[in-house]
Amino acid sequence: MSLIGIGHIFSSICFILSLKFLSSPKTARSGNLLGIVGMFVAVCCALYPAQNAIVSIIGILLGGLFGYSIARMVQITQMPQLVAGFHALVGLAALMVALCAFSQPALFGIKVDESSHIPTKAIVEIIVGAVVGTITFSASVIACLKLSGKVGVTKSVLQKYWIILGIITVVITSIHLGDCQCGKFFAVSVLLSLVLGVVMVLPIGGADMPVVVSLLNSYSGWANAGIGFTVSNTTLIITGALVGSSGAILSYIMCKAMNRSIWSVIFPANSEGCEKSEHHGLSASFTSAVDVGFLLKNSGSVIIVPGYGMAVAQSQRAVKELTDLLIENDVDVKFAIHPVAGRMPGHMNVLLAEAGIEYEQIFELEEINDKFAQTDVVLVVGANDVTNPAAKTDKSSPIYGMPILDVGNAKLVVFIKRSMSSGYAGVDNALFYQKNTMMLLGDAKKVLEDTVKAIKE
Amino acid sequence: MSIDKLKSHFEGLNQSMQVLQVELDSFMANYCGVNIASDEFLLYVNIFMLACFVGYHVVWNVTPSLHTPLMSVTNAISGIVIIGSIAATSTSGITVNAVLGFLATVLASINIFGGFGVTHKMLGLFQNNKKGKQL
Repeated sequence: MSLIGIGHIFSSICFILSLKFLSSPKTARSGNLLGIVGMFVAVCCALYPAQNAIVSIIGILLGGLFGYSIARMVQITQMPQLVAGFHALVGLAALMVALCAFSQPALFGIKVDESSHIPTKAIVEIIVGAVVGTITFSASVIACLKLSGKVGVTKSVLQKYWIILGIITVVITSIHLGDCQCGKFFAVSVLLSLVLGVVMVLPIGGADMPVVVSLLNSYSGWANAGIGFTVSNTTLIITGALVGSSGAILSYIMCKAMNRSIWSVIFPANSEGCEKSEHHGLSASFTSAVDVGFLLKNSGSVIIVPGYGMAVAQSQRAVKELTDLLIENDVDVKFAIHPVAGRMPGHMNVLLAEAGIEYEQIFELEEINDKFAQTDVVLVVGANDVTNPAAKTDKSSPIYGMPILDVGNAKLVVFIKRSMSSGYAGVDNALFYQKNTMMLLGDAKKVLEDTVKAIKE
Repeated sequence: MSIDKLKSHFEGLNQSMQVLQVELDSFMANYCGVNIASDEFLLYVNIFMLACFVGYHVVWNVTPSLHTPLMSVTNAISGIVIIGSIAATSTSGITVNAVLGFLATVLASINIFGGFGVTHKMLGLFQNNKKGKQL
């Protein structure tokens, strides 16, 4: 019974509790601290018996400095691409460790045959760690670039080749399991996985990104578990399973919230441009910030629905200003968040929290959907598809079946958008043309600031 | 039948039994989990399975408003791969392995420090403590 073994068990306990404490914002911070403690103990246990501990410590300090400065500099609005970028690092690290295990199995206590032939089980574990790690790496790089807006959507024939590539990877890998354990096959597997990761994410568009990022979160966990089996370390296995299931659950929640299966997200159907639905000769009514300010000031209850547009316009502070002003004027203000609003699970919550809006004012879809009917004004800031009633009525619509926020039930709905163009799903929103809806076009930040000014006068 | 013949038959039987025993032992060892090596692997699979269940139950209880910090904290925790990279670096001399292990250590610690730092920052934004929600 070694102290190091106990240390590892302690780390695992810390990690499990760390996630458990994320059940409420009050305990969440302690959860984060517990995670840090667990990691610290695990690293110490790894450094203690290591030969070149100094080298590793230098590496830790180097990486730590870099990581810490990134954490300090990054803005909350860049969170999606940051999370995606970090996943890439984990995948790459997992690949490197798998490579080391492959070239020097004795180092990790992997029992080798007389002809230095690694047993099949160990090879499978190494391959899992390497392939999943590489896929995580390349897919996360592309996801990060997409979320930063540097790469667009490439819907192309590549998709079909992806399946073929996937199969080839599996085949190469199984040949690997045979007698020929040469580095050549390893390199080919890794290269193919690299391409696989890229091809997997390229065709996926913006609003589906929450699913992709959660999936990659999951993959990084499974890569870790694979490495754990290779290195025979239970902390790695447990942590990998925790992270893997976390990502998987988040992906499931996201897909449920869009009412699409995971396959329709990963293999997006090539939509040949949706036909414009007729508006039955109705036209939308437009309004101005001044009018909206007046309306808001004199209403009893207001619900604000933020969307990706709010993030793009960086208008969360303006939203907070408006909220405070309305509360001063005795208006009840609530926020309604749709699960897939934004580019990442919990995206809107974090943006609103950054602006200083208290989490007790923020409600999820199930909690608030029946309150819309009693609300005077609904202010939709940069959201579109999550309010589109076609999801309930139009069977041919790509968003059919998706749970939506029933903003149409309110007495008055105001949409703040840049233009009348359709949202990510490419469908028209019939709500725009209803009698109780008004459109307020312009940049969300400017529009909201103008509204605030109007109320103050 | 003479006693000698009986004896030789008996010995022959004995030998066959011994051969059979050896065969059975190796069969049991290879396929019935009596082998120590496969015991260890099964143990790890057990742990993995249990950990998946724990992860499932723990993560379902995370409130949706904290999903982004959940992602960044699980990201930071994935940096645990640093255990493997530290083990890889612990070789004598500057081998390819040692360099790879060092690089992996750097990458993993970027994740660890960055992930926990970013989570801390985000959770600090949720710090407004008031009494329960009013609906």
